[in-house]
Amino acid sequence: MSILEYSATELKKKLEAKELTSVEVVTAYLNQIKEYDGEIRAFSFVNEEEALNQAAEVDSRRKRGEKVGLLAGIPVAVKEVLATEGQKTTCSSKMLENFVSPYNATVVQKIKDEDGILLGRTNMDEFAMGSSTENSAFGATSNPWNTDYVPGGSSGGAAACVAADMAPLSLGTDTGGSIRQPAGLCGIVGLKPTYGRVSRYGLVAFASSLDQVGPMTRTVADSALLLQAIAGHDRLDSTSANVEVPDYLNDLEKPLAGLRLGVVTEHFGEGLDEEVRQAVNDSIEVYRSLGATISEVSLPHNKYGIAAYYLIAPSEASSNLARYDGVHYGYRADEREIWQELTEERHRLVADGDERSATSPLVKMYCKTRSEGFGAEVKRRIMLGTYALSAGYYDAYYLKALKVRRLIQKDYLEAFKEVDLLIGPVTPTPAFKTGEKTGDPLSMYLGDLFTVCTNLAGVAAISIPCGFSKDGLPIGLQLQSPQFHEQQLLRVAHMYQTQTDWHIKRAPLAS
Amino acid sequence: MALSLEEVRKVALLARLQFTEEELVELTSQMGDILKYVDQLSELDTEGIEPMAHAAEVQNVFADDIQQPSLPREVIMENAPKHDGKYYRVPAVLGDE
Repeated sequence: MSILEYSATELKKKLEAKELTSVEVVTAYLNQIKEYDGEIRAFSFVNEEEALNQAAEVDSRRKRGEKVGLLAGIPVAVKEVLATEGQKTTCSSKMLENFVSPYNATVVQKIKDEDGILLGRTNMDEFAMGSSTENSAFGATSNPWNTDYVPGGSSGGAAACVAADMAPLSLGTDTGGSIRQPAGLCGIVGLKPTYGRVSRYGLVAFASSLDQVGPMTRTVADSALLLQAIAGHDRLDSTSANVEVPDYLNDLEKPLAGLRLGVVTEHFGEGLDEEVRQAVNDSIEVYRSLGATISEVSLPHNKYGIAAYYLIAPSEASSNLARYDGVHYGYRADEREIWQELTEERHRLVADGDERSATSPLVKMYCKTRSEGFGAEVKRRIMLGTYALSAGYYDAYYLKALKVRRLIQKDYLEAFKEVDLLIGPVTPTPAFKTGEKTGDPLSMYLGDLFTVCTNLAGVAAISIPCGFSKDGLPIGLQLQSPQFHEQQLLRVAHMYQTQTDWHIKRAPLAS
Repeated sequence: MALSLEEVRKVALLARLQFTEEELVELTSQMGDILKYVDQLSELDTEGIEPMAHAAEVQNVFADDIQQPSLPREVIMENAPKHDGKYYRVPAVLGDE
């Protein structure tokens, strides 16, 4: 077996047994990136020199018999939205094109503390807004299974690099499905932990009440490994939960008896692709054959999820992204152009006899900076959010959405009285073609139907590969659990991978 | 609620964004579609329902009031588009220059 075929968990064993060195592992991954990333474009930055140095350092410590961390010598790819000291943290936006983070996100610090190797930074939809990674200011990422198709998003680079064997472990973020959807479309595992399970410190904020960091890997065991490294309370994030972190790895193999799975009626309605329906139904049968009890449950407010989400997330975004003002950090529009536009406006207003309504130079600087620094989707969401929060509309839109969010949460609480986990599709269809939905934002949003409610309710969910379409595109299965039940989620997902080989299949890369 | 071009223009100023006339027209139509879609929420009776602003409904998380080191000024300033080493530089807030 070649290095790239090992899962991270297997690599860890080989490294511990000194059958492999970290330098060998990192070199193999760097070579794979060199060979294939020209076409996939999953990475926005490859940390080649530092990764090799860090690997050599971990190797020598291990050789001397010193204690090494949980991820010692294993490469980890990091999504552009996570602050990494001394590296550009661009959020795939022109706004932050030259922003070098002066500090590490807590999750990045934890990877370093556990001796994981920072392999590079992965492309994403700008500020994590999007479902296809086409909204990156630095170019789209392709789906490794078929490069005419999108990898999903917003963690598209994070998913594609794992699917193309360019990283064994990858960190993504999920606000409305941004880990699970690309994981599903790229045929890998993606875990969105419970809100608060993982610190958000240093995760550039999109929608603070929904954002969460999580692992993206080839196997469930690898996700358990990475979650173990990043989970836990953090005094730097007041919303991180002070809840004990269990041992996700030890429990993984524990047999599951009396498991009750709930099939969400609303997830199997109109708009669900036939091949996806078939693959998910087959997966449910796998669980039934393992002794699980399958019953139908209802999340009656699920269908309002997209509407509530696309009011709440843009509202929070419009507030969070107000910080990009061209003053403290990031892009600022050319000052000569600012003055030129102001002069032109002045002439126009003088001619109209309306000089007093002239824009102040500072306001002009804000407006021009933000309009040039943000891409179309980010601006659209800031506009939607500003509108939903503005006087006269607040009650009808934002507050209404918050009330519906409560109803959505109640649905989950009711459902979890009857069943342990929910099972269903992660997306209504397999990956779509690049460019297919870019002109129609609403159609792009509707693809998030099965994922947004997880974030609204703050529960945990995992996406695992469960089949392929006739066109050879991956299909994902979603399992959702109550808050802080990641252990059970991982165990149940792992059971599936002991019975199936979807996760072992490899994308047919052409160099 | 139909959205007008003028409303969108007003929201753009509130959001500190500027658009060309062509962009404003497109945005008005796209935002209109999205708002029409989200209007389905109005069919739900939410009388007496407590709004849910956050998934982790924690309150008053206090940190101990201990002085701790912060990043040095010059490190922070390095990312600013314009500064004089001590302060951020911005165009005049009032007036011309």
